[in-house]
Amino acid sequence: MAHDASHGNTVKRIWFVFALLSIATIIEVVLGIIKPQVMVDNKFLAMSLLNWTFIILTIYKAYYITWTFMHMEGETKGLRRSVVWTTVFLVSYLCFILLIEGDYIHEVLKGGFIKYNF
Amino acid sequence: MEATVVKTGTEGKTWGGGENPPLKASYGKMMMWFFILSDALTFSAFLAAYGFSRYKFVDSWPIADEVFNHFPFLHGVDAPMYYVALMTFILIFSSVTMVLAVDAGHQLKKGKVVFYMALTLLGGIVFLGSQAWEWKNFIQGTYGAVETKGGRILQFLDTDGKRVALSDIALESTQREALDGSTGIWFVKDKTLPTYTIEDIKAGFAANDNYLIRIQKLDDTGHPTVLSREESIARLNSDAVRVVEGANLHRNEYGHPLFGNYFFFITGFHGFHVLMGVMINLIIFLNVLLGTYDRRGSYEMVEKSGLYWHFVDLVWVFVFTFFYLV
Repeated sequence: MAHDASHGNTVKRIWFVFALLSIATIIEVVLGIIKPQVMVDNKFLAMSLLNWTFIILTIYKAYYITWTFMHMEGETKGLRRSVVWTTVFLVSYLCFILLIEGDYIHEVLKGGFIKYNF
Repeated sequence: MEATVVKTGTEGKTWGGGENPPLKASYGKMMMWFFILSDALTFSAFLAAYGFSRYKFVDSWPIADEVFNHFPFLHGVDAPMYYVALMTFILIFSSVTMVLAVDAGHQLKKGKVVFYMALTLLGGIVFLGSQAWEWKNFIQGTYGAVETKGGRILQFLDTDGKRVALSDIALESTQREALDGSTGIWFVKDKTLPTYTIEDIKAGFAANDNYLIRIQKLDDTGHPTVLSREESIARLNSDAVRVVEGANLHRNEYGHPLFGNYFFFITGFHGFHVLMGVMINLIIFLNVLLGTYDRRGSYEMVEKSGLYWHFVDLVWVFVFTFFYLV
């Protein structure tokens, strides 16, 4: 009987997470369509608040998908860290290097070495 | 919550994780996790490369809302992102049914597993169809544009700021007929010709004072720069060399060619993953129907294919953000 009770909780939890994911997606879409000027104009670390919101909501969704749907919360600490930490650190490094390099090349192109319109 | 069901008849053997598995997961499930890890790195490399190119051309990148604004049965209605949002929901929902199938598998309830896996398969197929439709719209294009000598795209507007299609601008089409095997040389295939020649567009543009040109370069407010009527005529007559309708890997009417390339590559690679996910799920689904896992007493295979399916959903969450929103 105890088993059945925990089963009911699991199903309830799945639907609860689905609601969380849906709400996050709806917020993203609404913000993407309206694009509030305040959030576009104000920047934090050279990126607009709107884009920060999108990225934070995405990571929030990714966390719930991985932890609940993929049952990462139920795995051992070793498995969890070997998968999650590897991804997080490598991806952060990759983004850091590539985005800064892309911005640098943009500055070089803008600096007049290449004519923009011809 | 007990997430791991390890009863595959391989307990204690290497496939079952050995005598004393340190990660307490079966070999198959662990390897699925590490496959997902490597695949996640591949996808992040694509998305980071997209970010690189976008930062490189940050002042002339196409605006996604303007490109993806179609919705089925709503012709000519500007519906930015509604369709992609719908696709996102379909995929998230199929993820939910998959996790319900896994949960039913833990209870060894075959009927429920069959039901939820069927829903998951359906969601995957609908998503694939939606993506095909999205590609069709992207390839076909809506308004058309012209390309300059330098490979830049010039788009047309009327004085109200609304986009104007090439078919509205051109007074007539003087485009020659494409040659096929019976009219040309039998071993040479003609390239696909645009509907109008660049001269048709130039003549039509000069004839109507309401038309303006928009260049790719974004102004301070993040909108493409609109040229005055005089500048528009001068730019069109001196620089425009080619009519562009829709998109391929060399050029597209939306803006920078890289935008089209990344679109085809990233969403295509993701779509390929969805297709594989549907196939894997189908195989597992048939096995469930045949009662393979019922006899085995463990539905762990459903859990493993579920992991892959959730990963496909996870990737889409990121593709959605970085391709359509940011």
